[in-house]
Amino acid sequence: MNESVVLDVKNLKSHFFTAKGEVPAVDGVSIQVPAGKIIGIVGESGCGKSMTAMSIMGLLRYPGRVVDGTITLDGRDITHLKPKELSQVRGNELSMIFQEPMTSLNPVYPVGVQVREAILLHQKTTKAEAKQRVLDIFQAVGIPEPEKRYYNYPHQLSGGLRQRVMIGMAMVCRPKVMIADEPTTALDVTIEAQILRLMKRLCAEQGTSIILITHNMGVVAEICDYVYVMYAGKVMEQAETFELFEHTKHPYTQGLLKSIPRLDEKADRLYTIEGVVPNLLHLPKGCSFCTRCDQAQERCFTEKPGLYAAADGHGVRCLKYESGVKMDGE
Amino acid sequence: MLSKVVKRIAISIPVLIGVVLLIFIMLRVVPGDPVATMMGEHVNPAMIEKISAELGLDQPLYVQFFKYVGNALRGDFGTSYRLNRNVTQIILESFPHTVKLSVLAALVAWIIGLVAGIVAAIRQNRLLDRLFMGCSLVGVSMPVFMTALVLQYVFAFKLQWFPISGFDSWQAMILPAIALGWNSAGSIARMTRSNLVEILQNDYIRTARAKGLREHGVIIGHALKNAMLPVVTMMALQISSMLSGAVLTESVFGVPGIGRLSVNAIETRDMPLLQGTVIFTTIIIILGNLIADLLYNVLDPRIREGA
Repeated sequence: MNESVVLDVKNLKSHFFTAKGEVPAVDGVSIQVPAGKIIGIVGESGCGKSMTAMSIMGLLRYPGRVVDGTITLDGRDITHLKPKELSQVRGNELSMIFQEPMTSLNPVYPVGVQVREAILLHQKTTKAEAKQRVLDIFQAVGIPEPEKRYYNYPHQLSGGLRQRVMIGMAMVCRPKVMIADEPTTALDVTIEAQILRLMKRLCAEQGTSIILITHNMGVVAEICDYVYVMYAGKVMEQAETFELFEHTKHPYTQGLLKSIPRLDEKADRLYTIEGVVPNLLHLPKGCSFCTRCDQAQERCFTEKPGLYAAADGHGVRCLKYESGVKMDGE
Repeated sequence: MLSKVVKRIAISIPVLIGVVLLIFIMLRVVPGDPVATMMGEHVNPAMIEKISAELGLDQPLYVQFFKYVGNALRGDFGTSYRLNRNVTQIILESFPHTVKLSVLAALVAWIIGLVAGIVAAIRQNRLLDRLFMGCSLVGVSMPVFMTALVLQYVFAFKLQWFPISGFDSWQAMILPAIALGWNSAGSIARMTRSNLVEILQNDYIRTARAKGLREHGVIIGHALKNAMLPVVTMMALQISSMLSGAVLTESVFGVPGIGRLSVNAIETRDMPLLQGTVIFTTIIIILGNLIADLLYNVLDPRIREGA
C-alpha cells in the first residue's frame, strides 16, 4: 500500500471497564485507509469491529474508552481531541452511517432538516443554500421526489430510503473518510446491492474513503479494495481483497470462507467453525483463536502470535507464518 | 385536527353528565340535612319542612335532578343556601384567585421541574442529580396540606419572611404557589430525568453526535423534544391535580378561591354552591386533558399522522 494514507490507526486499544473486569474490546488494532479506497473490516459479532469504528469516531461511551494507540486523520492526531475540536471533525471530515436505519433518524424532525443540520453545523451558508444542497444530495443518493421527501418524517420512509438519507447525511459535507457499520444488514438483499453500489459510486466521485464493517464475505468481495479480518479484538489477517480470497492464510479466515454456502458444491451440512467466540475477559493464554482452530499446535496455546507478513501487504496473525517479517510492534 | 377536537369534546359530554349525576346523588346520600345545618340547633321541625319545600328538597330525587340540569343548561346553577347569591356569580368572583394561584404554582412546577430534571439527567448519578432527585422525592411524597403547613410554619410564622395568610400581595402568593407547585415540580423533574436518560440511549442520539453536534446541542436539539412528549401530557394533566391541591392550599393560606369555596360549601351542606364548583372544576379538568392531547399532536409527527 503505497497510496497516500488518509486515515492511519496505530495500535488502537479500547477497553471497557466493567464490574467484572477490564474488557479489551479492541486490542491493538492497526488500520491504514488510503485515499479513495474502500477498506473492509470483517468478523463475527463481538469481534470488536464496531467498537473499532466507534473508537475512531470518538463515540465510545462510558464505561468504554480508548486506552492506547493513535488515530491520525490526514496528518492530524485526532485520538484525544477536546469536545469542540472533535465536533468539528465529526460529520465533516469523518462521518459514519449505522446498522439500524429504522432508528438512526430522529422521529420528530423532517429528514431533510436533519441532513441540513449537518451542513449548517460545519459550513457557513444560508438555510436556503443548505436546503438546496440537501436536495442535490438526495438526488445523488437516489431519493425520488427530493422536494417532497425533504419534509417527510422518518416513519414515512422505508428502510432503504432511510439508509439513503443516512448516506446523504454522511456524505453531504464531503468527508475524507466515511465509516459504514453494517449499512445493509437491516435491509432487503435487493436493496443491499443498490446501497453498496451507491456508496461505491459516491465515494469514487467525491474521493471519500470508506471503512466498511460487515460480517458478509460476499459484500467484501464485491466492493472492498483491502480487507482486515478481526477476531476477539485483534486483526487476524489483512490483505488486498483478491489476495485474501485467493491465498487465504489464517485458519480463521479459511473457516469463515468455508462457512459460506455454495451453489456449485454439493454438501449435506454447512461447514461451521466449532465452538464460540471466547469471553474477552478470559482469553486463552496463547493465540485467541487456538481453542477453535483445527490446525492448532501445542505452542499455539502458550505463545501469542504476532502479525507476520506472508506476502507483500499480506499479514497473518498465526505462528505458522512466523518466518515472515513482523508487521506490528508487539 | 378540527374533527379531532370536536370528537374529543363530544366524548367529554357523557363524562360531564356522569359527574353531575354522581355529585348530585352523593350530596343527597351523605348524612346531614342542609336545611337543619343551615338553621342550627333547636329549630322548629315545621320550619325546616317549610324551608325544604321552598327549596324544592321535598320533591323526588329525579324531579330535583332534571330541574337542576334543565336550569344548568340555561346557565343557572341555582342560589347558594348560605350566601343567598347566584352560584355562577360567586364562582366567577373567586375563580380568578384560583387561576392566579394555579398559574403561579404551574410556573413553579414547570420551570423548576424541567430545569431540575434536565440537569439531573445530564449529571446522572452525580451530586446535583442526587440533590434534585432527593428534593423531588420530598415534594412527591408529602401531601399538599402538609407541605403548606410546614412552609407556613417555617417561613411565615418562625422566620416571618412572608405573611401567614391572605392573597392580596405578591409576597403572600409565594408560599401558596410553592406549596401547590412542589409536588408537581417533583413529578415533572423525575419524569423529565428518566425520559431524558432513556432517550439519550437511542440510536438517533448517536447519529446526532456523529453528525458533529456537541453534547448540549444533542440534548437541547435532539433529545429534549422526544423526552418532552410524555412530560407535556403530564404537565397538562397536572392542571387537575393543581385544582384539587388548590382546595387544601387555599384553606391553609386563606386564599379566597374556588377550593376554599368548595370546602365551605361542604361544611355547610350548601348543595347548589358545591355542585356548581364541582361542575366548574370538572370542565376545567376536561379542558386540561384536551389541551394535553392537542399538544401531543403538535409535538409528535407520528401521532399527527394518525389523526
